[in-house]
Amino acid sequence: MQKEAEIRDPLILGKKSYHDITKDIARPVEGKANKYWWILFSLSFGLFLWGVLSMAYTVGTGIGAWGLNKTVNWAWDITNFVWWIGIGHAGTLISAVLLLFRQKWRMSINRSAEAMTIFGVLQASLFPIIHMGRPWLAYYVFPIPNQFGSLWVNFNSPLLWDVFAISTYFSVSLVFWYIGLIPDFAMLRDRFSEKTAPMKKKLYSFLSFGWSGKAKHWQRFEEVSLVLAGLATPLVFSVHSIVSMDFATSVIPGWHTTIFPPYFVLGALFSGFAMVETLLIIMRKVVSLESYITIKHIEYMNIIILLTGSLVGTAYITELFMSWYSGVEFEQYAFINRATGPYWWAYMIMMSCNVLTPQLYWFKKIRTSFVATFILSIFVNIGMWFERFVIIVTSLHRDFLPSSWSMFSPSFIDIGIYLGTIGFFFTLFLLYARTFPVIAQAELKTIVKSSGSEYKNKK
Amino acid sequence: MFTIDKKAKNLSMALMAIGLVALIFGFVSNPHDTWPALLFNTYFYLGISVFAVFFVAMQYVSEAGWSIVLKRVPEAIMGALPVFSFIMLFIIVAATSHFGGNHIYHWLQEGIMDPASDHYDKILAGKEPYLNATFFIARTSIYLIIWNYFAEKLRKLSILEDKQGGTGSHFKSVSTSAWFMVFFAVTSAMASWDWIMSIDAHWFSTIFGWYVFAEWAAIGFTTILLFTLYLQRQGYLKDVNESHIHDLGKWVFAFSLVWTYIWFSQFMLIWYSNIPEEVTYYTARLEVENYKFLFWFSMLINFILPIILLMSRDAKRNNGRLIFVSIFILIGHWLNSYLLVTPGTLNTHGHIGFTEVGIGLGFAGLLIYLTLYTLAKEPLEAKNHPMLDESKHLHT
Repeated sequence: MQKEAEIRDPLILGKKSYHDITKDIARPVEGKANKYWWILFSLSFGLFLWGVLSMAYTVGTGIGAWGLNKTVNWAWDITNFVWWIGIGHAGTLISAVLLLFRQKWRMSINRSAEAMTIFGVLQASLFPIIHMGRPWLAYYVFPIPNQFGSLWVNFNSPLLWDVFAISTYFSVSLVFWYIGLIPDFAMLRDRFSEKTAPMKKKLYSFLSFGWSGKAKHWQRFEEVSLVLAGLATPLVFSVHSIVSMDFATSVIPGWHTTIFPPYFVLGALFSGFAMVETLLIIMRKVVSLESYITIKHIEYMNIIILLTGSLVGTAYITELFMSWYSGVEFEQYAFINRATGPYWWAYMIMMSCNVLTPQLYWFKKIRTSFVATFILSIFVNIGMWFERFVIIVTSLHRDFLPSSWSMFSPSFIDIGIYLGTIGFFFTLFLLYARTFPVIAQAELKTIVKSSGSEYKNKK
Repeated sequence: MFTIDKKAKNLSMALMAIGLVALIFGFVSNPHDTWPALLFNTYFYLGISVFAVFFVAMQYVSEAGWSIVLKRVPEAIMGALPVFSFIMLFIIVAATSHFGGNHIYHWLQEGIMDPASDHYDKILAGKEPYLNATFFIARTSIYLIIWNYFAEKLRKLSILEDKQGGTGSHFKSVSTSAWFMVFFAVTSAMASWDWIMSIDAHWFSTIFGWYVFAEWAAIGFTTILLFTLYLQRQGYLKDVNESHIHDLGKWVFAFSLVWTYIWFSQFMLIWYSNIPEEVTYYTARLEVENYKFLFWFSMLINFILPIILLMSRDAKRNNGRLIFVSIFILIGHWLNSYLLVTPGTLNTHGHIGFTEVGIGLGFAGLLIYLTLYTLAKEPLEAKNHPMLDESKHLHT
């Protein structure tokens, strides 16, 4: 029999029976949306529409609608792409790696974190597609036989590796998420009656694949979860490593550095956990899940943010040191320019948000405060966007030829597309919060008697 | 309580004797080539012993409950840290004064940073603020003092807990471990630049610190696993069951892959970009007959072997399989350590002979002896750890 040490804090607060958990998690799906949901939804949907218009304008007129120029030929497009992919990483870490590490606290947050992953990757995938200029030819990124002679994808290009890495990542994440959802969809199916809600009954019956909770079903469920966790764990590393290679395989000072793959992965986890916190701190209030997403969950996430943030910080310092140590003039200039050139302010935002902000979590008072965590998580989100901006734009804007030096300023359309993806992301997340069981209740019920506060106190 | 049995004692003594003979033979016949052999072996075993500190600290900061029943094992491996630290310090001090023909570090050569000299090297001269003898010794001393201080402190707290009970020393261990992590993140990376990367003095790679960490972790976990299996076989550690061994096996598997990941990241990016500042590091290894085979062979052992033989659940619960793979992993990383040091010091004429292998075996004897000696000093089972019961009931 498994034991849980007394010293561990409870993960479920209050007096909760199995049925209470069912009710609490079914409530947002069964009830009606409140005012706040509608306000948030209208805002997000509005932004999304603005994004759609900007994208349509881009496709209609061409990439010239963006603020790019000959020197800075990559800017917000790829910054946003990397930012969104990065955000997705925390979901996979929570669902796969923490499962392998037997971390029980993941059970309250994995569902939403995985949803965030899927919605985040969707936003990211928009950018390369629009950037193609003719998105209807997007299928050419796949190595498919064709009638145009030797027209073939470039297997040497990390951009192509991205296509495979991200599509694999997306499919595995989706399957993982869906399989976890099956018992919970079945729970919803069983709660809706044929008479009062026939449509919902039908929908959730279809979605739950005839789940009946037999021992055999559970056994297969657990086995497939472990297999998928095993498959998804290397994906946590590979996806962002390959994204980093978009830069690191080049010979551009500031881009070509060997630490990029693990450093990008850590940065991705860092930003991903910050986004999970931003979302969950709001969600636990809006749909009353305070008993399940407790300050202990937030504290654990803050510790991961502290760890990954500090490692990202050491990577920044390492790069800075090595650029000097290398003795290569161009390397040295790239970093001096980053810190003191015209984009010094972006560098400062990156450094302060990503390196200094997480250090506040050394203080227990700060890492166990919802308000402080919420504010700091926004800082991290901003900081990680600027990290990509700094890497991409400041490495490009001062070319080898001083006569081609230039600056980048985003156009109205750039801003529209970026905000549009934020709107799209929140639209999807808000819809999810109303139609999906937002916590893996079947899993959570397995720990209520070992990690529930009521049971722990009784001992 | 654990007592060292005669067989283990004799074996470790015999190994140490071989090591001593190899060392004497090396220094008498060819001191120039013996220093690099001493350095890469020290790098290897110092890594194992400092990683034991990291393992203990990691258990505390991550609130791990599974490993408590075997925590005396890494604590005992920490017992070898002072000795290997001393040897490392000795090598570094000897290098700065060229004592006994120690010419490991090219940048310490006479006149290399002096514009008037024939040996003047402009790029190396640019690194002088960092690469100079005084700072070099100072840094090495600081790293080693920090590591030994934390090892000592964590060990003391653990023994105090046995005697006093309560959660006081537990929480103290948690905060000590957190501080160790902070210092170790910085010092382990810098140590890798100093001791290893600066051998190829022109070359640089930002990932190098994490590369060395991954290697130390892979061999560190493997060593912890091997000692645990040994003690189990001798009839000790009654509370360690299949699940604990399985968990250690997972770590060995995982960090073999992490090492490969870091190895590949460095190799692939340098190979792909192919710029002269960096690619020389690999041409010095891949275009020299002596090293080419070892380069791919060590990769094969360190990556292909664990991924094939340790992937399944059953494999990680099979002691024979684990021992087999572990020994090969240690050999593979030992070969890789050899490749980190030799091409930069002996150019094309390095080879693995009696000196290299002998010192390696001697240090293995030293590690075994010091670990078992430390194990025998305190009870093998940690008492009073607040998560002890969790660990005893581990079942996965």
